[in-house]
Amino acid sequence: MLKTFSLGGIHPAENKLSAGKKIVILPIPEQVSVPLAQHIGAPAEALVNKGDVVKVGQLIAASAGFVSSNIHSPVSGKVLKIDDVVDASGYKHRAIIIKTEGDEWDESIDRSPELIQHINTVPHQIVEKLKEAGIVGLGGAAFPSHVKLSLPPGKICDILVINGVECEPYLTSDHQLMMEKSEEIVVGIRILMKALKVEKAVIGIENNKLDAIEKMTALLAEHPEIRVQALKVQYPQGGEKQLIDACIGRQIPSGKLPIEVGAVVQNVGTAFAVYEAVQKNKPLFERVVTVTGKSVKNPSNFLARIGTPMSFLIDAAGGLPTDTSKIIGGGPMMGKALQSAEVPITKGSSGILIMPEELANRKPMQNCIRCAKCVSVCPMGLSPYLLMLATSKTIWDRAEEEKIMDCIECGSCNFTCPSSRPLLDYIRLGKGKVGQIMRSRTK
Amino acid sequence: MNIVLITILSLAFLGVLAGLILYFVAQKFKVFEDPRIDQVEAELPAANCGGCGFPGCRAFAEAMVKADDISELNCPVGGAETMKAAAAILGKTPSAAPNTVAVLKCNGTCENRPRITKYDGATSCTIASSLFGGETGCSYGCVGLGECVDACKFGAMYMDKETGLPVIIEDKCISCGACVKACPKNIIELRKQGPKNRRIYVACANKDKGAPAKKACATACIACCKCMNECSFGAIIVDKNLAAIDPVKCKMCRKCAPVCPTNAILEMNFPPKKIKVEETLTQETKEGDQK
Repeated sequence: MLKTFSLGGIHPAENKLSAGKKIVILPIPEQVSVPLAQHIGAPAEALVNKGDVVKVGQLIAASAGFVSSNIHSPVSGKVLKIDDVVDASGYKHRAIIIKTEGDEWDESIDRSPELIQHINTVPHQIVEKLKEAGIVGLGGAAFPSHVKLSLPPGKICDILVINGVECEPYLTSDHQLMMEKSEEIVVGIRILMKALKVEKAVIGIENNKLDAIEKMTALLAEHPEIRVQALKVQYPQGGEKQLIDACIGRQIPSGKLPIEVGAVVQNVGTAFAVYEAVQKNKPLFERVVTVTGKSVKNPSNFLARIGTPMSFLIDAAGGLPTDTSKIIGGGPMMGKALQSAEVPITKGSSGILIMPEELANRKPMQNCIRCAKCVSVCPMGLSPYLLMLATSKTIWDRAEEEKIMDCIECGSCNFTCPSSRPLLDYIRLGKGKVGQIMRSRTK
Repeated sequence: MNIVLITILSLAFLGVLAGLILYFVAQKFKVFEDPRIDQVEAELPAANCGGCGFPGCRAFAEAMVKADDISELNCPVGGAETMKAAAAILGKTPSAAPNTVAVLKCNGTCENRPRITKYDGATSCTIASSLFGGETGCSYGCVGLGECVDACKFGAMYMDKETGLPVIIEDKCISCGACVKACPKNIIELRKQGPKNRRIYVACANKDKGAPAKKACATACIACCKCMNECSFGAIIVDKNLAAIDPVKCKMCRKCAPVCPTNAILEMNFPPKKIKVEETLTQETKEGDQK
């Protein structure tokens, strides 16, 4: 029986144009700009200066605090400058700009293609290793993995949930990774299980990726502790809370983390990065990025170095179509429209979506007709119309009462609203304000 | 007849009794309120705008009566006269805060600051600026969605369709600061009104270095420091690639404005200069834009 999460959800057109396209290793661009803030938490501190010569995989910026992450050089070459560049946030932030010279890797990285099955690292070493290698969640939020694996005291984890859902329309990078690197992913999952000291793991995959389900199931015959859970296609199944509900039927209480019900969620992409970091000593400096869109000549999945300008990937996929109206970093539901195509790829960039004119523009906002469609699709059981109203009238205590902080910003309400109201835009603003108020209260 | 009499008498008795009870209870639970609060409140503008930092004029009057030293308190709406009158009632010294008026520290009109992207999300400056830097290359300047205009309760602001910037109607602005709080970019400043309403200030908030700032906006401050060097009173400081004129030190000599290569310094309500006709003309058109 196919499972799914119990509350709300939508099913937008899947449009997986780049499905089945082999991962192409992208050539190295002439220049990369590596942002210092590409993960959740404190921006890293640059360790290199102008004129320094760096190798691929060399540590160039160190984690600044517990929730932060190391950053390694994606190319070999010379540091041109440390300057402010416009990143995906639409604002200028610090970045290390490196001019590429050759492709010289750090000696400690094992570049051989052979698969290392045996795990001879102890749990705390694994966490330490992931911290060193700058591994973050590759599903999109880029939350440092070592933080997620360091369980708060008193909490016990009994199951690891692996996210192979890729519920965002258009994106196929995780799907393709599962097809091409399935063995490595399984080792990565076993490493994560060892680090968390859990006996069970479950991989959730939606049934629009039947080939991936088959492949993983076949591979896991020798590992009965890991099971594949086929899921009904439903957005936002890739959300942590929705995935746990769908895979193991546990509901996380409001305002709590997955660990409350004894589960930790990691993405398949992260599992692969974990494998590379622990078994091959390779830090995170490249990732699979989908470049797609209705009018893109050649939608593809690229293995791109962090810091590559998006325009470079777009050119590799057949160039920017003439009818382009919006370039979105990420998927169409949760992605963010970019200010320019020169924005660099970061650890959290799962895709680049190019929207043609007729799809890109929002319809003008109309009045709320009280149809409650937003309420019925909200996967967190909230009332989006009410949260928007509370935010626009700045009634923060009411917004807090209505659990605005539970919103996972999936955008289902925006998608379904027949009056094209910008519900999520307001809710996001309200979340920021209410969060501020709540933090100042605890201080 | 008898019934009518009894009714009247008993009702009169009950009335007197209730009156007496009410009188004694009122005496017993009497709340003493300083009569000066009412007097001070009468002097205040009754706008209840919150510009003083208190929730309404009554609360401000109470605070004034309560405080020993009222030099920290100021009603920006009423200005010096109101404060003087109120202080006279209390026999205290009023604050010496000058009258202020809101000014927009951005002159990024559609002409000066070309649009490079298009925003079609929610019509709110705060939401737009949480998503990206703005439709232009300058991420410090006005977003142009009019949240300040919505915040103004006195009808002292409107959006100029041609420039895409809000305009402050000086006569109506009572300097309550609602627009200052509403602006997510923090580019509205309450500035000293100045003699004869004359003001001179840097109409830019761009903290980028010269080249990107100038590329994004023709009238951006490029931090060339020419105005700082020209000023003989030390009133201009360039900090974080942005010049600022201190209204207290400024003597309104107007030497800084002509040396600015990008015309980022605005002169308001000055009579036109006699010698350099051309320059004054461009300045005036700018002022026209601002209005």
